[in-house]
Amino acid sequence: MSEMLNTLEQTALSDYKYGWVTQIEADEAPPGLSEDIVRFISAKKKEPEWMLEWRLKAFRQWQKMEVPRWPNVTYPDVDFQSIKYYSAPKQKKTINSLDEVDPELRATFEKLGISLDEQKRLSGVAVDAVIDSVSIATTFKEQLAEQGIIFCSMSEAIQEHPELIRKWLGSVVPATDNFYAALNSAVFSDGSFCYIPKGVKCPMELSTYFRINAAGTGQFERTLIVAEEGSYVSYLEGCTAPMRDENQLHAAVVEIVALDHAEVKYSTVQNWYPGDKEGKGGIFNFVTKRGICAGIHSKISWTQVETGSAVTWKYPSVILKGDYSVGEFYSVAVTNNHQQADTGTKMMHIGKNTRSRIVSKGISAGVSQNSYRGLVQVAKNAANARNFSQCDSLLLGDQCGAHTFPYIEVKNNTAQVEHEATTSKIGEDQIFYCNQRGLDTETAVALIINGFAKEVMNQLPMEFAVEAQKLLAISLEGSVG
Amino acid sequence: MSGLKEIIQEKISREPFAGNGVLKDFSEKGMELFREQGIPTVKHEEWKYTRIAAVLNSDFNYAANTSSVTKADVDAVRLPGHETANELVFINGIYHAEFSNIRSSSDALELLPLSEAVKGEYKKLVESNLGHSAGYHPDGINALSNAFAYDGLFIEVKKNKVPEHPLYCYYINDARSSSVLSQPRTLIHVGVNAQVVLVEEEITLGSSDSFINRVSELVVEENANVQLYKIQNEDVHSSCVKTTHVRQVGKSKVHSVTLTLNGGMIRNNLNFILEAPGCESHMYGLYCVKGTTHVDNHTIVDNVKPHCFSNELYKGIIDEQATGVFNGKIFVRKDAQKTNAYQSNKNVLLSENASVNTKPQLEIFADDVKCSHGCTIGRLDEESMFYLRARGIGEQEARALLLHAFAAEILNQIECKPIREYADKIISERLGFEL
Repeated sequence: MSEMLNTLEQTALSDYKYGWVTQIEADEAPPGLSEDIVRFISAKKKEPEWMLEWRLKAFRQWQKMEVPRWPNVTYPDVDFQSIKYYSAPKQKKTINSLDEVDPELRATFEKLGISLDEQKRLSGVAVDAVIDSVSIATTFKEQLAEQGIIFCSMSEAIQEHPELIRKWLGSVVPATDNFYAALNSAVFSDGSFCYIPKGVKCPMELSTYFRINAAGTGQFERTLIVAEEGSYVSYLEGCTAPMRDENQLHAAVVEIVALDHAEVKYSTVQNWYPGDKEGKGGIFNFVTKRGICAGIHSKISWTQVETGSAVTWKYPSVILKGDYSVGEFYSVAVTNNHQQADTGTKMMHIGKNTRSRIVSKGISAGVSQNSYRGLVQVAKNAANARNFSQCDSLLLGDQCGAHTFPYIEVKNNTAQVEHEATTSKIGEDQIFYCNQRGLDTETAVALIINGFAKEVMNQLPMEFAVEAQKLLAISLEGSVG
Repeated sequence: MSGLKEIIQEKISREPFAGNGVLKDFSEKGMELFREQGIPTVKHEEWKYTRIAAVLNSDFNYAANTSSVTKADVDAVRLPGHETANELVFINGIYHAEFSNIRSSSDALELLPLSEAVKGEYKKLVESNLGHSAGYHPDGINALSNAFAYDGLFIEVKKNKVPEHPLYCYYINDARSSSVLSQPRTLIHVGVNAQVVLVEEEITLGSSDSFINRVSELVVEENANVQLYKIQNEDVHSSCVKTTHVRQVGKSKVHSVTLTLNGGMIRNNLNFILEAPGCESHMYGLYCVKGTTHVDNHTIVDNVKPHCFSNELYKGIIDEQATGVFNGKIFVRKDAQKTNAYQSNKNVLLSENASVNTKPQLEIFADDVKCSHGCTIGRLDEESMFYLRARGIGEQEARALLLHAFAAEILNQIECKPIREYADKIISERLGFEL
């Protein structure tokens, strides 16, 4: 046991390996937020009038809204007037092929392990890379287009597919949904758009990589995925940021629409800079993610591995509107040092015979606070709704906290809802068992944590699972081994 | 909020409290906080599912000292086993000695008005414990009770004594001529090695609206043993907010059972503050409601010190348009290592219009703990029904049998025999089960 304590007490955290800054000239808006900035962003993007109107409406509503105080996190107030709302890597002209992408930028993405080069074809992942809110390059576009799949940056989509954007943008997360969603709606500068036509199974994983690069900026990207009848897509999202002493704001919105028999699988490995060991700096990650199972037999599945960010505030939700639709949420949230996470999900059962499953694993170490907050709602007409939720928390160290706030609201007597939660630490007997079989304490702890998170890790696509497991180990390094 | 305005008017016009400054300050602070906070709305996280403001809006009288209750009225509501119990009668929130029967000797049990207790040998005790619940319920409702605390009663269960008679407390609201708001307030001190059984029931006379805002604070010393039983079986005009706040300041054991059958809007706050190592708390609840009854159980277990154990089981049977709300909080403070805390909430919905909102909540700041919570919501198990039906038991009967079995797990936790039998009788009647 004392050996274990020693291991726990070691605080030599490995450095955040994504913490460099790329020296790229950026085209920026001055700090501050006003209608003029919203107009500036819209003009920069050469957006049509309706888009500007949409942004302004969101902005005006945002001005009337208050910062939400209910999450179980504490952080200094964000000064919305000191943030630069637009920062784009300077580009001379429109890019026609990947060879024309700024070499500095390409190097950046290579460091991140996402090569924009066609070599990536081998791994079969199409990537849309977003740096400081602006989409840089999308790979495999043509191959996807052959099947009718649209996968491009949001700004491109607004120009080229206005009818789809007008129809779906804001249909799941309305422009005025909440404080940060409204802010995002007003100032989002880019993001990804993905459209899978009827009956098409997307042949490869689609992926977006987000990176905050410039100082003093916030990142506000917007993702929209529309899966038409009978289609399938698996979507990956990853994110990193440089190490800075200041807190940077990331307020994204992700919307998913799944029509009849469609299935969308959305996986996130969130690794924003978490701040240093004293809790200085780091990203404020205030994200609104919501999907709607609009059609019958549709399915939306959220899988997330949350290891980064100083403060996380995120609840990927599913509105189960179509009969027989399925919502899933798998999450591993790791907090270390001074990180705070308030994350969970919402499952809103509206259609008949809908099912949802929630598996949430929280791991807290250092002096961090980790909260699960979830809502399972069964509406009056949601006959035979079924939900199973499981939230387990693991505490590593006596300075951290683990909290659960599950809300369950049932208005239909044919519903069957179950919820379980446990909180514990790694048992001495478990460690002893491993030690006895020749594993040192550090390896034993790593093994046990891996087992603890396995149920969720198994849901991740192959490429991500490997990365996520490494991340898990790095995030907890020093605190457990 | 005309009714509440009147309450404040009444308070202001009342003679300034002449006694000890401590109580006066206390009630003034309560009034100030109430003015600031008002009646909590659904925007208040703790009142999200319970629209208390809607009930309190009607015209209530704060008729604290005027009542036409007679001995016959009291006789009509006595609980089984009263012949051998200490009976405490509160009418419109005020303790009435003339209707009460204290059978235990004064060296085992002592009753004093709070305004007296705050002066004498209990001064320190009252000062440090009265209003302790406000820290856990910093809302307008609790503040309102504080504002009127000077009408309260202090109960001392003496050190090393085991009063052979249980304490039966009747809180009678006389709503025969007009709507009544009452605010009974008690502070109960259970001395070292003492033992006590408390049974509480609210009764409303007449059919006007009645609202009881009751706060009971208990201080339980080393090796003491307390059993708390509450029976709530009123009509739809009667609403209440009941706060039972138990501080276990020494290694002690407290056992609580709350039964709810009928009422308007019922809110129960039950808090256990485990302030000494080795405390043990058991909390059981059964809400078996129908009609438009709204029952809301909020419980808190605050583990301040290590090595404590708490177990909580609340079960609900909800029929017709009734609503059940459950919120169970378990806090484990930094020093409270080796805490074991369990919580479970199980609900059966019997009708299409019944609903349940449940929120089990864990907030844990220590690592060497075992905490779990679970909750389920569903219908009666179809397989069990089938089993019984296949053996020739009619549908109604089978249903009653299963529901009674579901309820029995809680009923069996009542150790006081006459009360257990009484509870079983009224629950069986409700479920259509023949004992």
